[in-house]
Order: sequence, then structure tokens, then C-alpha cells
Amino acid sequence: MDKQLRIALAGNPNSGKTTLFNKLTGSNQFVGNWPGVTVEKKEGKLIVDREVVLTDLPGIYSLSPYTLEEVVARNYLIEEKPDAILNIVDATNLERNLYLTTQLTELGIPVVIALNMMDLVKKSGDVINVKELSRQLGCPIVEISALKGEGVKEAAQAAIAAAKSGKTLPQHSFSGPVEHALAHIEEVTVHHLPEERQRWYALKLFERDEKVLEQLSIPSNVRAHIEQDIAAAEKELDDDAESIITNERYIYIGNMLKGIYKKKGKGQLSASDKIDRIVTNRILALPIFALVMFLVYALSMGKPIGDGGISIGTFLTDWANDVLGGAWLTDGSRAILEGWNVAPWLVGLISDGILAGVGAVLGFVPQMLVLFLMLCLLEDCGYMARIAFIMDRIFRRFGLSGKSFIPMLVGTGCGIPGVMASRTIENERDRRMTIMTTTFMPCGAKMPIIGLIAGALFGGSTWIATSAYFIGVAAIVISGIMLKKTKMFAGDPAPFVMELPAYHLPAWGNILRGTWERGWSFIKRAGTVIVIASIVIWFLTSFGSVNGKFGMVDDLYEDDTVATEAYIALVADRMDIPEDEVEPMDDSLLARIAQPASVVFKPLGFGDWKPTAATVTGLVAKEEVVANFGIMYAYDDNDGEEELEENGDQIWDRVAEDFDAFSGGHGKLAAFAFMIFNLLCAPCFAAIGAIKREMNSRKWTWFAIAYQCGFAWVIAFIVWQLGRAFAGGMNVVGLVLALVMLALLLWQLFKPYKEAQKLTVK
Amino acid sequence: MKTLRDAKVGETVKVVKLHGEGAVKRRIMDMGLTRGVEVYVRKLAPLGDPVEVKVRNYELSIRKADAEMIEVE
Repeated sequence: MDKQLRIALAGNPNSGKTTLFNKLTGSNQFVGNWPGVTVEKKEGKLIVDREVVLTDLPGIYSLSPYTLEEVVARNYLIEEKPDAILNIVDATNLERNLYLTTQLTELGIPVVIALNMMDLVKKSGDVINVKELSRQLGCPIVEISALKGEGVKEAAQAAIAAAKSGKTLPQHSFSGPVEHALAHIEEVTVHHLPEERQRWYALKLFERDEKVLEQLSIPSNVRAHIEQDIAAAEKELDDDAESIITNERYIYIGNMLKGIYKKKGKGQLSASDKIDRIVTNRILALPIFALVMFLVYALSMGKPIGDGGISIGTFLTDWANDVLGGAWLTDGSRAILEGWNVAPWLVGLISDGILAGVGAVLGFVPQMLVLFLMLCLLEDCGYMARIAFIMDRIFRRFGLSGKSFIPMLVGTGCGIPGVMASRTIENERDRRMTIMTTTFMPCGAKMPIIGLIAGALFGGSTWIATSAYFIGVAAIVISGIMLKKTKMFAGDPAPFVMELPAYHLPAWGNILRGTWERGWSFIKRAGTVIVIASIVIWFLTSFGSVNGKFGMVDDLYEDDTVATEAYIALVADRMDIPEDEVEPMDDSLLARIAQPASVVFKPLGFGDWKPTAATVTGLVAKEEVVANFGIMYAYDDNDGEEELEENGDQIWDRVAEDFDAFSGGHGKLAAFAFMIFNLLCAPCFAAIGAIKREMNSRKWTWFAIAYQCGFAWVIAFIVWQLGRAFAGGMNVVGLVLALVMLALLLWQLFKPYKEAQKLTVK
Repeated sequence: MKTLRDAKVGETVKVVKLHGEGAVKRRIMDMGLTRGVEVYVRKLAPLGDPVEVKVRNYELSIRKADAEMIEVE
């Protein structure tokens, strides 16, 4: 049996690579990540021959060692040695696309060129002598139109033929001094390697490519020897080695194209140029940007259709939450299971634990699909790059990308799609920073918390809600500036030399596929995290020990012999509440854990078990915070009253009284600190799942969560301690600590910092 | 010394030399901004930075701080 052939698809970003990949493999694809990095990896089997595996490399401009995508692509080509490379080249942008081709042909792997968008070239009246180009480059060229699917089959067959023949390519040559040095380097360092790879290694050594130097572990005396050759060439050509090679590649391409590319239309404005004149116009750019952002938000997360809005996403999500999640999954499953006489604890686990958790996840899916559809659309038509262009100036100060605006905007609706929207950011550092800070924006589920605090303690003052947004934005800005100076983020520069691709009509196949891929990856990954977390929290709130007996607290409380009057008096005493307010939940594991755990929040002013327990359940979903306040402050919805309002207005008096009681009269301040902590700390499990998915790294996920919780704690601490000092309840130790933390924060914010010039990618 | 940063919108300039080193310089060159190439300065971003230029028949966005590394005439 033949061994399975492997072909790599390589090409510039915006060259139609994704479209070609989809046309070549159809629905037969596997999406994952390249090991250890946040770069997406796609593989698929060719339609023309299901035995051949096609690997989609990241879109790259070069094989330099400086960007993550390039290193990933390079390592794959060098270490995995695919049998052939299918190089997609955008014919409307020949010079820059062929620059990558000149590097691919040096790898000792057969290369086939798929020349895309020839139809556009022909339409413009330009002429490319494809035969001659193929002859000069030494590799077969197939003219294709990826969008229309023309020539795609032929390109695949040419790549398979090249893979089978295993023929390597003739090389283009560099100038005399360079070739001289290359010959020397080959002789002393890489002659033991397979012949077809020697040139690539020699070139990289000439460029002083650190990754290759490391990989080949060349002894220092040999290194010194080749260094002389390099220095001689540098002196003769008056430039550094890396620049010499880059320059000569472009010169080589320029000379080659002179006889091959005949340009006809000159100086004419293309349709894309005309669009761009308006869209990134100095005056109109910002209003247009605001309008586009408004539409993205209003359609996906805004007010639903039928409620004065235009959001189809919210409309479907409301339906999914209320009907599908609430009625069918939770109540429906409960009815069925009870009909089967399943043990009550198991009914609770399945209906209230697992299915309610799953339902909460599924509820988000419609909103997310609508949002991703629009993001894919913006990306595909070319506007996303313009967003980065327009917003770059503001965001780069905080170590973020201009494209970070979208995740943050979406984050005000829901943090999960916000985190996932970060995928459009190319630079890994910017992307990680965005993932870490997006959930600081107060999402829809945090609104009830704000409503509760504002209503209970601040007389419904609107500035509390306003301050929540201000705190969210400030947290992002402060975190961005502080984090970019830390070790985890330092060292990687953010070169912002970005192509602004020509606008074009969207390719619907790509958009629908991209939308579904993102939606599905959320359902899959975030789903598992949420299910497990929901089970844990359900267990903690339902089980506990009552009067020495362990079990479901609700059942135990119904048994008079267990929950005796004497025992209830004890609980009332322990919880410091009247006897008739004792609830089964007071004996739950959660309450038991929350009581000692509340020590953590003592320095923040709300060191009581109730806000502690509410904060913990907030990890399941932030709506749970207010719902749990309802339970803990004994709001009984069974005695004919209405259901607890979303902002809990029926329990405002009790909450206010309690906050005043345990904070020594500084209830407002304690409540404000409580709100700050809950706004900034780790998001719900669903969002944590999304963070894990996007970070693709356990270490980074934990770092993000730890940072968010730590930052929330420190800010709440400073607010509480300083506020209390001003209000006349000074705690000297606390005040000193708060001032120290504030000083450290300010120092990290304002300490001088120099952007690194070298990128370090492991 | 005139750099790409000083070039006015609407001007076409020719790259003389690239200063600086490392990742950013390599990236600039990889994108086709090499010695001798003609660059047309198309526009400034609405907030004044970055600049959009046309080079080798495509549009490129580059920050002013990086454009300062490119000597032109």
C-alpha cells in the first residue's frame, strides 16, 4: 500500500486560501489548534483523492522567525516534510505573493502554484505570461478562480502529481558575494543534511536566524568562521544580511516580472479604492464605524424583535432560555423523570444540575451565531482590517489591537462571544490581552447585581450603573497598561504593518462555515466545562448535613425528627437570624464553606457568608447572584406574592439592613465594594470555558482567572479601606496596606517601558 | 534625512534605506518596502495615525513610529 500523501496549502493572507481549502476538501475537515499556540489548524482530505491529506498552513507573508504564524508554518514544513506544497498566489498582487514563493521553493519540497484571481487580472486588461512564469520559477502553475471553483480540481491533481514525483526545484540565485558566502556555509555546516535542504539551512544561517542556529547547535568556532563570510558579504553590499536577502528576493521578482507582466490600466481607481475613499475618510470614517458597530450589536445582542429592537439573536436566545432551556429541558425532564419514579436526588442532578446548565449554554447559541455571522462578514469583505486601521491609535496604548474594540463592545452584552470575537486579532499578544480583559465589561447578566446594589443601598441612583461601565473601561485600560509591562507580555513587539486588503463581495460558503465552526467549538468546549461546574455547584447548594445527618437539605428539613425545633434554634443562632427565617440552604455545603471562606472578603467590607455564597454561585451565571440573595434573604415566592424581580426589589430593605449590620454602618461602601468585586472577578463558567478555548493553554487560562480575581480583590480592597477612612471608620493597618497597593498599582502604570524589538516564540 | 513619516499625503516617494533592526524591520521589508521601491502615501487614519500607503500595487497600513525607520527621497 502506498503511504498516505500529505500536501500543505500555503499562501498570503487574503489570497483566497480559505476559499480554496474549502473547495478542495468540501465538508471533510478537522479544525483544531497548532500545538501550544492560539493559531488555528485545519486539515482535510482532498475531494479528488480521499487518500491525500491537505493541511492548511496559517496565512503568511514570509518564513521569517518573527511571527507566530510564520514559525508554525516553518516548523511544519521543515519537521513534518509534507510531500508537496500547494502555493496559492494572488495574481492581482503578484510581487508580494511571489516573495513567499521564492522562500517555499528553497525548502526542497515540490511546489505547485495555484494562480488565483486570474479572471480579475484579465478583466483589468493586464496580461501575465503564465507559461514563462512557470518556466522561470521551475514549478507548475495552474490558473484558478477559488471563488468560482474553476481550476481547483486541476490544481489538486497537479499537486498530487508533484508529490508523487518528489522532484525538487531549480533555485534562483543571489548576487555574487551572497552566493560565495552561502557556498562556504553549506560546506562547513550543513553538508551532512539531505542535499535538497542544504540551501535553505545555509540561507537561514546567513540571515543569522536564531531558531536555526539553535536547532543545528553549531560549535562556536564554526560559527565564528561563517560569521566572517557573512560579515564580508555585508561589507561588500553595505547592508545587514537579513536585508540583503530580502532585497535580492524582491529584485529577483521584479526582474523576472518585467517580461512577464504587462500592465495596461494605469492609475485608474478600482472599485475598492472608491469604497475606501468614503469608508476610511477622515471625517466619515468614525461615524461609519459607529454605525457598523451599532448594527452588529443591535442585530446580535440588542433588544429583541417584537420589543422595539431589531435583534434576531436576542429574540431566539430569549426563546431558547425561556422555552427550550426553562420549560422543556428543566421542567420537562423533571416531569418525565418523576413519572419514571427516579430517585429525587437524581432528578435534581439531571434536571436542575446538568440540563439547566446545558440549557444555559444552548441559550446563548443563537445570539452567538448571529454575532459570528456578522463578524465573519466584516472580515471576509475586508472591513475588519479597516477597523484596526481606524482604532489602532487608541488601543495600542493599552497593549491592545484596534480590533479589540469589537470583543469589548460585544462583552457588554455577553462575555462569551466577546472572548470568542477576539479570534479576529492576528497578533497573539494582543489577542491574549484582549481575552483577559474583555470580561471586565459589565455584561447583561451583571446588570441585576448593579440593579440590586443601586436599588437597595443607593436609592436607585443611576450613577451606580454608569459607574459600572466606567469601572469596566478603567479596568481594561489599567490592566492593559500594567500587563504589557509584565514578563508574560514583554518581549514580543507588535509590528503593526498591516495589509489593507481590497474590498470584495462576501463568499457566503466561507462565512457560513466560519460561523458554524465558531459556534460549534463553543458548544463543544464550553459545554463540557459548564456541565461539570454546574454539577459541582448544584451539589454544594443541595447537599449538606442537618443535625448530624448528611443528605439533600430540602429532604432533611422536611423530617421533624432531624430538623428539630431545638436544632433550628441552633442554626438561627449560628447564622444570626430569627428562627422563622432559617432555610434548608443555611445548612448546605455551600453555606458551610462560605462561612469560613467569607474571611477572604472581610478586608473588602462584605465578609459575611451571604454575599460570599452569592459570589461563588455567580460563577455558574452572574444572574445567580441576585437569585441567591433572594433565597438567602428568605424571599418566599410561594406565598402568593409575585416572583422575585430581576433586580430583587422586594428584598432591598433586608439587604440594606444586613450590609449595614456586618460592615459596621458602612453599608453603602461595603455594597459598592461587593459590586466592584463581582463586576471584575472571574466571569461565569461559560465564559471561563470560552477563555480556555481561545487561550488553548491551561497556564494562560489560570493566569487570566487569577489575574481577574486578584485585580478585583485589590481594587475592592482599596475602595473599601480608603472609603472607610474618609467616612471616619479608619482601620490603620488596612489603610496602610491599601495605600501600598495603590502605590504599587500607580508605579506599574507609570514606570517607563520600552517596546521590545525582538519577538520570542518558542 | 527625510523619512516616510515626513512624506505628505498624495506624495510618491522612493525608499532609500531602512534603519532599525530586528522583527519590525524584517516585517517592513517582508511586506515589500525595500530599497528603491516607490511608495504612494494615500491617507492618514482618522485619528492621525497610522498612515495608509500604496506599495507594489497593494494597500499597506503602517504606524508613524515605524514609518520613521524608512528613509525616503
